[in-house]
Amino acid sequence: MPDSQGKRAFKGMRGVLKMIYLDNAATTKPDPKVIEAMLPYLKEKFGNASSAHRLGQEAKMALDDARKVIARSINAKDDEIVFTSGGTESNNLALKGVLFANKEKGNHIITTKIEHSCILNASKWLETKGYKVTYLNVDEEGFVNPADLEKAITKQTVLFSIIHGNNEIGTVQNLEELGKICKKHKVLFHTDACQSYTKVPIDVNRQHLDLVTLNAHKIHGPKGVGALYIRSGIKITPIAHGGGQEKYRRGGTENIPGIVGFAESVKIASSSNIRKMEKLRDILIDGILEIPGAKLNGPRDERLCNNINFSFAGVEGEAVGSYLDSSGICVSTGSACSSASLEPSHVLLAIGLKPEEAHGSLRFSISKYTTEEEIDRVLELLPKILQKLRKISPIEKLIRRL
Amino acid sequence: MYSKKVMQLFKNPKNVGEIKNADGYGKIRNPVCGDTTEVFIKVKDNKISGIKFKTLGCAAAISSASITTEMAKGRKLSDAEKLTKEKVVKQLGGLPENKIHCSVLAVDALKEAIKDYKKRCLKAK
Repeated sequence: MPDSQGKRAFKGMRGVLKMIYLDNAATTKPDPKVIEAMLPYLKEKFGNASSAHRLGQEAKMALDDARKVIARSINAKDDEIVFTSGGTESNNLALKGVLFANKEKGNHIITTKIEHSCILNASKWLETKGYKVTYLNVDEEGFVNPADLEKAITKQTVLFSIIHGNNEIGTVQNLEELGKICKKHKVLFHTDACQSYTKVPIDVNRQHLDLVTLNAHKIHGPKGVGALYIRSGIKITPIAHGGGQEKYRRGGTENIPGIVGFAESVKIASSSNIRKMEKLRDILIDGILEIPGAKLNGPRDERLCNNINFSFAGVEGEAVGSYLDSSGICVSTGSACSSASLEPSHVLLAIGLKPEEAHGSLRFSISKYTTEEEIDRVLELLPKILQKLRKISPIEKLIRRL
Repeated sequence: MYSKKVMQLFKNPKNVGEIKNADGYGKIRNPVCGDTTEVFIKVKDNKISGIKFKTLGCAAAISSASITTEMAKGRKLSDAEKLTKEKVVKQLGGLPENKIHCSVLAVDALKEAIKDYKKRCLKAK
């Protein structure tokens, strides 16, 4: 049974195995407070926010309250928040919606080589429709050079889109610096803040942001709900036409239980949890750095408080992940063998890793529920697993020299 | 995701290692996903008298190599040559769709090792 610590006990081969969930960049355990806040809107308060009667107006009030919470959290105005079904939809709306509505301005967007696949695949699709896309390089820690952005801007450039906190290697971009350049050249500035939201401050005015993608399930909220901040006055074409919801920017009956849960997850986010995660992240990074043939991917500082990504020489990340999983530890890998395409992670390749280094990568992403005891368990198991797998590996001799 | 058999062999693979003075050696690397398997064989009376492997790869690649070497051990060369990835996958109790390609490595490396052995025999003659 789940308990409040976010751990689940289940019977393993040799007695009770405690699950250690370190894949919070994929999704997080909903906070019980979030579920509690949602329940009335799944049960008795089930109204449609567009209905004029009391049940509808009750839903409308909940929607307005939630919008206020999200708006305040990024220093935006209430009506600049559009609720969506999540990060992917928000990113698609930001790119396509802005390009479709600003055809007279131009047909060029700039993004980077380390974006989430929804930005990259939306960009590739836009290219097939005649739009021009520039993919900026990043340095070995995953940072974009602001000078590269400035060089890439042309008269045709409508939008620059960058991921705030990278989902694989945790790199946190300096939005303020990039935003200044966009503002100077009158280019709209979008950031995908799915991973960084409530972890790294976002202030749409200080950081000169015009569009921001947010979502709930990475911050202990429900799946299937997110938002797009759209600065007042920016023209956007909806990608889902409907009954005029969200001020004609996104059609479809609002997901009130999800939106209420989303707002609750933002309300309960705290700076003390960030400090706790940073401490645990550093313990895990320092511990893994002591293992021979371990290389940290991404920066040491200016890194998401919950992201740890390593490459291990001579092994495949999938194998280490499978081993950890059989010990009750859930992690994720950038190795090709776990992806549908068999291609290694584009983010790891973009920061200059060789394909074999990308194959040997493992991502641990912690949460407020992670404990020091769990980190210790990983640090106890990981060297043993690596030793065992390296004994099977044909490049064992090479590793022995490390 | 993996069958019990796969996990069991992945965690405790059989025939891991190298054979010094092997009679045949084969190495296959999947150029796309980077997985690599090496197979070393000893041959006596046209039979595989000894076999070892080394794999850099995922759980499917390692367990496939373990079972391939088990299936080839003691077999006539002509029989071992007939091993297919389908037979290996069947013995493993199945593999996830996107992992089938991992089972080819060991089978192909075994075939390379047999080819290598035959080449050496021809040279010796």
